[in-house]
Amino acid sequence: MPPSAIVIPAPHLPWHPCSFTIVSVVQLMSAKTLFEKVWEQHQVVPESADTPAVLYIDLHLVHEVTSPQAFSVLRAQNLKVRRPERVLATMDHSTPTDPDEVFGRVPIKVESAARQVKEFEKNCREFGVELHGLGSDTRGIVHVIGPELGATQPGKTIVCGDSHTATHGAFGALAFGIGTTEVGHVLATQCLLQRRPKTLAIEVTGKLRPGVTAKDLILAIIGEIGVSGGTGYVIEYRGSAIEALSMEERMTVCNMSIEAGARAGMIAPDETTFAYLKGRRFVPQGPAWDEAVARWRELKTDPGAKFDRVVTIDASKLEPMISYGTHPGMVVPVSGSVPEIANDPVHAKALNYMGLSGGEPLVGKPIQVVFIGSCTNGRLSDLELAAGVLKGRKIASGVRMLVVPGSQQVKREAERLGLDKIFTDAGAQWRESGCSMCIGMNGDTAGRGQYAVSTSNRNFEGRQGAGARTLLASPATAAAAAIAGKITDPRAYLPR
Amino acid sequence: MQPIRTIESRTVVIPVTNIDTDQIIPARFLTTTTREGLGKQAFADWRYDANGAVKTDFILNKPEVAGCTVLVAGRNFGCGSSREHAPWALLDYGFRAVISTEIADIFRNNSLKNGLLPIVVDEQTHQWLMNNPGANVKIDLETTTLTLPTGASVSFPIEGFARVCLLNGVDELGFLLQQAPAIERYEAARSF
Repeated sequence: MPPSAIVIPAPHLPWHPCSFTIVSVVQLMSAKTLFEKVWEQHQVVPESADTPAVLYIDLHLVHEVTSPQAFSVLRAQNLKVRRPERVLATMDHSTPTDPDEVFGRVPIKVESAARQVKEFEKNCREFGVELHGLGSDTRGIVHVIGPELGATQPGKTIVCGDSHTATHGAFGALAFGIGTTEVGHVLATQCLLQRRPKTLAIEVTGKLRPGVTAKDLILAIIGEIGVSGGTGYVIEYRGSAIEALSMEERMTVCNMSIEAGARAGMIAPDETTFAYLKGRRFVPQGPAWDEAVARWRELKTDPGAKFDRVVTIDASKLEPMISYGTHPGMVVPVSGSVPEIANDPVHAKALNYMGLSGGEPLVGKPIQVVFIGSCTNGRLSDLELAAGVLKGRKIASGVRMLVVPGSQQVKREAERLGLDKIFTDAGAQWRESGCSMCIGMNGDTAGRGQYAVSTSNRNFEGRQGAGARTLLASPATAAAAAIAGKITDPRAYLPR
Repeated sequence: MQPIRTIESRTVVIPVTNIDTDQIIPARFLTTTTREGLGKQAFADWRYDANGAVKTDFILNKPEVAGCTVLVAGRNFGCGSSREHAPWALLDYGFRAVISTEIADIFRNNSLKNGLLPIVVDEQTHQWLMNNPGANVKIDLETTTLTLPTGASVSFPIEGFARVCLLNGVDELGFLLQQAPAIERYEAARSF
């Protein structure tokens, strides 16, 4: 039965904690989605037929790879960074993960990356932006440190020159990737010109079974709606299976929204969100915290609010998933086989690159590399999951395994729990934080023709190194593959 | 940026769907700090083999495509990473427009900001273009029409403000900077 009345914020001051109650007829007319509420609260100038909306950006995440040309534009036009305190800058994409390189005991091996790091340090210094730099204990992958520091908060607009900015939507923020020209726009004006996207609800009913992770869920979702199924939309993930996820699991889900073509994926903030954020460095403290939580509680989609499209997925039917092709929509259950699709040049091209045949079972396929890390699966719970599989075991001979924590804080916490010891005892390498082998810019790559089971987000041709063959999976599936030396169902290895 | 009104060129067809930005420019080339000179790295892993030798069977290495400025590609062009290096590389290579049935959101935005026209057409027009590589096409940004050598003409969607900016050769930053009073009012009214 629908509730007889709902509480919405006063329309002229949408973020004001004062609110009033209205009756159900009006309720249906004014019912809004989470996205619509955040969008409307950030319109500096609403869109018109002639011009897009001027959208205010609360938090701008900046890193070394997609910002240099933006700072150059500011310099050339003699512009300042409008709100340096709304910029969170770190280095992650091209930075080394070898501790000797990170802490300056030896030079950074990739010379162009070293130059990029220097240039970024100079840009941050010159424009007055605080940098969580190479030696900093708060450094890490930008999408890991934002939430970790509490800079990511419900209801915020968050952008970054990186498509995995969608990660922050797990908190009920509107977060999306932008290009370098737009990085310049936000640095100079704290605003972006944006047309309002459409909304897509992905309703995940039921409950994930034991051994099936958030990564398996999002891979299954992308497999279902396709790699362009979300193009033009902001996704809201909802339903019982989503509500049951931890914040780290929600981040894994939202992170890969772009792999379905959607620039942003959001989840309504709830008690899980507030419990995660409480006490973190950048969140309001004391009475301001209570006010913020009261405001955040009103962000969730109103009953009766309309989405442009709705897709329903039953979580209880899902199994551990793995990709077999060259885009993240080419996925099957680990226990399944490579699909046989006749007369499909895309499929044939992908299988040719991957060295796989239609009908071939995936279990038992030998692998050479395992990568655990990235903004998708480089958080503490991901490392705990992998360590649970690896504890007391050795990785197979001939397998190279890299474990790269998502941030220096994740690294410290993992070491406090002794996870690093579990990984190194098993024969894996334990590194400093960064994007590492997810993007392969820093020299951490898989070899030509090698199969890499990876907890990252993209299996595009050459993504993890020229000619490397990526198999996307959860940390449990990746760790199990490292032990077996081949693709295997992780459920046999999970602690009971 | 130069104003853009019309583009007339023979087409290059890459009949592959879901061409992601890692193919358009592989990540190892993103350690640059400038936007110039990326054309030589456009489609690097499709143009060159592991030893850097030219793959002669790839379309961009064939002599007949020299001077073509319009790329026709399969559905969902430009998916994946937000790297603006992708349109920079395509522009530096010499392309001025990309035609597909679907173009990924971030790539489309990045292209519009740099003067690379992202043109989305219907299946039928697209199929005709895929079947007729090298066809001489005309793109008119003023009227937002694509004209085929058959004389058939189709309209394409393009965000109105971006179109005006492209027609006049101005970037959007100037417009945003002019919004300073509204931005100040907004910031002053914010209670959090």
